[in-house]
Amino acid sequence: MAILVIAEHDHASLKAVTKNALTAAAKIGGDTHLLVAGSNASAAAAQGAACAGVAKVLLADAPQYADQSAENIAALVVSLAGAYSHIVTVASSAGKNFMPRVAALLDVAQISDVTEVQAADTFVRPIYAGNALATVKSADRIKVLTVRATAFDAVGEGGSAPVESIGAAEDTGLSKVSGRELTKSERPDLGAAKIVVSGGRGLGSGENYRKLLEPLADKLGAALGASRAAVDAGFVPNDFQVGQTGKIVAPQLYIAVGISGAIQHLAGMKDSKVIVAINKNADEPIFQVADYGLVADLNEAVPELVSKL
Amino acid sequence: MKVLVPVKRVVDANIKVRAKADETGVDLANVKMAMNPFDEIAVEEAVRLKEKGVATEVVVVSCGSSACQETLRTALAVGADRAILVDSGEVELQPLAVAKLLKAVCAAEQPQLVIAGKQAIDDDANQVGQMLSALQGWPQAAFASKVELADGKAKVTREIDGGLETLEISLPAVITADLRLNEPRYAKLPDVMKAKKKPLDTTTPAALGVDVAPRLATLKVSEPPKRQGGGKVADVADLVNKLKNEAKVI
Repeated sequence: MAILVIAEHDHASLKAVTKNALTAAAKIGGDTHLLVAGSNASAAAAQGAACAGVAKVLLADAPQYADQSAENIAALVVSLAGAYSHIVTVASSAGKNFMPRVAALLDVAQISDVTEVQAADTFVRPIYAGNALATVKSADRIKVLTVRATAFDAVGEGGSAPVESIGAAEDTGLSKVSGRELTKSERPDLGAAKIVVSGGRGLGSGENYRKLLEPLADKLGAALGASRAAVDAGFVPNDFQVGQTGKIVAPQLYIAVGISGAIQHLAGMKDSKVIVAINKNADEPIFQVADYGLVADLNEAVPELVSKL
Repeated sequence: MKVLVPVKRVVDANIKVRAKADETGVDLANVKMAMNPFDEIAVEEAVRLKEKGVATEVVVVSCGSSACQETLRTALAVGADRAILVDSGEVELQPLAVAKLLKAVCAAEQPQLVIAGKQAIDDDANQVGQMLSALQGWPQAAFASKVELADGKAKVTREIDGGLETLEISLPAVITADLRLNEPRYAKLPDVMKAKKKPLDTTTPAALGVDVAPRLATLKVSEPPKRQGGGKVADVADLVNKLKNEAKVI
């Protein structure tokens, strides 16, 4: 049986995380079909066709997929599911939104946030904010998975899969998007960046966050992130949040500035290759996971770091 | 309008859980338990809707062992009117089973709105609200940071990757609460006492006609690879030197 991977895209282009999901599918083994459900999404489909390991792209191009509503995407996936042994997508805010609907409508379990494929029916996933890893085996006829993008490498290019247009499922008409406020940034995407500079409550204010961390991120070509405390305090928008319920990141270098290191924050960044912590309190738990801890006043240390880089 | 809020009894958010040495599960012996933090937010939102006169009744439901009564009483103490325990004994309930139990409760209670926490902090599954919505054939608004109700419709601001999205849905519907939807209140002592007298009904999966057999077998629960942290640098110059020459990441 084949595997259906649901692409994440913005119609004009494929999101990079889709390539991580394709690697997870390759580890399961079997023909991989990539579903692109969108509106005027042929460009995204063409990029999917060029991904290594994709046997076929299914393009469902219809106006009701413009908003990527959970109800309509799930209805389409369920209509295709009979031909597949596995249905896979990324555990992003989009994947988390529609995939449980797919599982419920198919009357199967969903295995969330998979970090390792051990066999076609056996998967590893973090529980309790990553403080334990559960190995679970599914007896369901169709395995529905969301996978953690940072746990799988991206597939390469070089594929030349055919793109097959398929019909849309019925428009459920259940929801309507009336607005989107997306954070505009020239910086790399938080989930995919090689370096992440992240700030916490210790920065004191949004103004200080920007004054200190933006020059550091600029110098390093880094993405900006934050702890929940910094988001709750209004220093930065919600989509900056790194942690158990925010973004999960695993960059080459993670610089935590003024972050204490609550369990929930560590869950989102402890798989980073190198962790730097800058905090004036040497007892903070962030230092227990940091490779390089600097006990210092961040107001002095961060500008000095920028000047020495 | 009746609002139904499912609440889960989980390990307290401040406790660092460890896998048992024999890898059969996590060690929860003598560990403090509490209401799932996202469910506290969901209860708060429902209670605020009642205080604003939008909701007429807030019913909380918990699926699990009899110990979940404690969690239900907590919800009653912050303003829920009535509670339902779906007592499954010691059987492990997975998200699909919980969604089916809630569907059965919805059939009996006929709520116009279900507000659930977006995720439980124990299994981190993030599934039940969406699954219930699908089983009911209702619209969903997951990861809500703002909810406005008017004329049988909900306008919900959702936290998504990259920012915020505003969704318009008709009721009945399922909304799942994200962190910034509100700040839950603490129960006052007199309210805790009053909560003891509020109605709490008990039912079972069998009485609701729901098969809750687990679909996933947990083969083992292990410790994650341990990170060798704790290294310190003397000053900024030392940090820059180590990042360049030792870690080679810049």
